[in-house]
Amino acid sequence: MAKLNRSPWLLHYDGSSCNGCDIEVLACLTPVYDVERFGVVNTGNPLHADILLITGGINSQNQAVVQQIYSQMPNPKVVVAVGACACTGGIFKECYNIHGGVDTTIPVDIYVPGCAARPESIIDGVVKAVGVFQEKYEKYVSENKERKRSS
Amino acid sequence: MAKQTVVPFGPQHPVLPEPIHLDLVLEDETVVEAVPSIGYVHRGLEKLVEKKDFNEMVYVAERICGICSFMHGMGYCEAVEHIMHVDVPARAKYLRTLWCEMSRLHSHLLWLGLLADAFGFESLFMQSWRMREKILDMFEASTGGRVIFSVNRIGGVLKDIPPEMLRDFLKRFDDMGADLRRLTRTFLDDYSVNERLRDVGFLTKEQALSLGAVGPMLRASGVCYDVRKTGYAAYGDLEVEPVVSTIGDSYARCQVRIGELFQSLDLIRQVGEKMPTGPIAVPVKGNPEGEFFMRCEQPRGEAVYYVRANGTKNLDRMRVRTPTFANIPAMLQTLKGSQLADVPLLILTIDPCISCTER
Repeated sequence: MAKLNRSPWLLHYDGSSCNGCDIEVLACLTPVYDVERFGVVNTGNPLHADILLITGGINSQNQAVVQQIYSQMPNPKVVVAVGACACTGGIFKECYNIHGGVDTTIPVDIYVPGCAARPESIIDGVVKAVGVFQEKYEKYVSENKERKRSS
Repeated sequence: MAKQTVVPFGPQHPVLPEPIHLDLVLEDETVVEAVPSIGYVHRGLEKLVEKKDFNEMVYVAERICGICSFMHGMGYCEAVEHIMHVDVPARAKYLRTLWCEMSRLHSHLLWLGLLADAFGFESLFMQSWRMREKILDMFEASTGGRVIFSVNRIGGVLKDIPPEMLRDFLKRFDDMGADLRRLTRTFLDDYSVNERLRDVGFLTKEQALSLGAVGPMLRASGVCYDVRKTGYAAYGDLEVEPVVSTIGDSYARCQVRIGELFQSLDLIRQVGEKMPTGPIAVPVKGNPEGEFFMRCEQPRGEAVYYVRANGTKNLDRMRVRTPTFANIPAMLQTLKGSQLADVPLLILTIDPCISCTER
């Protein structure tokens, strides 16, 4: 696990999930699991978020919404696909309105399996996402330095 | 007349765990009209009947919604069982009733928490969800899952609850009663909670009936209607008296749901007393042929399952009418004339479940 240098802020968006994973994401915030003790805060604003948690697959209606939320988040950003539907489309893969997992629309860094994903595995996914975020952040900073030097 | 502005609300919004979009037409701070647009969660799972056989569809039906997943699975199973004239063992019916009432408890506690969150009472949200985790623990012990259980099958249930576990559950539910009373007293008596809920979002009895509201939304407007009275599963053997309030505002809806929490505890006690022994499932042979309408009372209201089968392993049609869909016209009615600051609260008072609505 990477050293936590800052508190990761989460944004949760429900793609076309059955609610099971959404409720488990919310359950992570409440007393038994309580991710706030790691400094993880659930925010409602994409502009404040470092990590995007998506539950459920992508359909025709929410594709543009997911793209928009992703583009509104500041760089660097990490995407976590929570649950079988967000990973591949899951049980709804054969439905006419489901395009597939979240990776059909935006790049995904961490996949959390399960139907519904358990809070423990969601927390595990978020902790992994923090590691990815740290790497991306360091790369981003060094690239910016180089750009400044060359200009 | 003041100038009208349109404020988009959703699909991604801090108070909504699920996506629904509303265009709010405002005059100053007052909502004149709310125009909903839905479809963000539409998957088209009813059409999966063409690809999955009627036994596999039980698991698809469970995933209509992750909150009342057990009731969806049960509603579908009972519909198919009626077509196939399967005589479900009494113990399976009682187990179904027990899990149904546990689902209602966890759903209403979840709603109370979200309501507290909507009016900014963070610690009350945490307390409600802390209580809810106790029920999820029991679900996990008895079924193996926290939100999706997969214990229903056509002809009965897949897992039994051993007598000692049932005794332990009943004791835990007894202890829960006192905790619940303390928690719900805050919702009913606290000054700030009352200020936010009282006289907000009135729905008269006539409006509720003409707009086709269901569940707690209907009962909070003074209509005594509960599908559990029809006696599906084991409800026929139990005493169910619908919880009704005549006020019709947001406070009444909260009151009805809190009343139902204690009603569920009472029903679970009755189930514990009357639980019969015997098998939990019967073998089912052949394919279904015919059609049936099944109604059941979910935490959010009446859900209707229509199943038509043609004698092959794939059904002709499965249609689900879910409670939130029926409650949306009533919600739009309560939004008219409300203040912008009350909009999240009013949306929550119907206990929206968008993944049910759009399937």
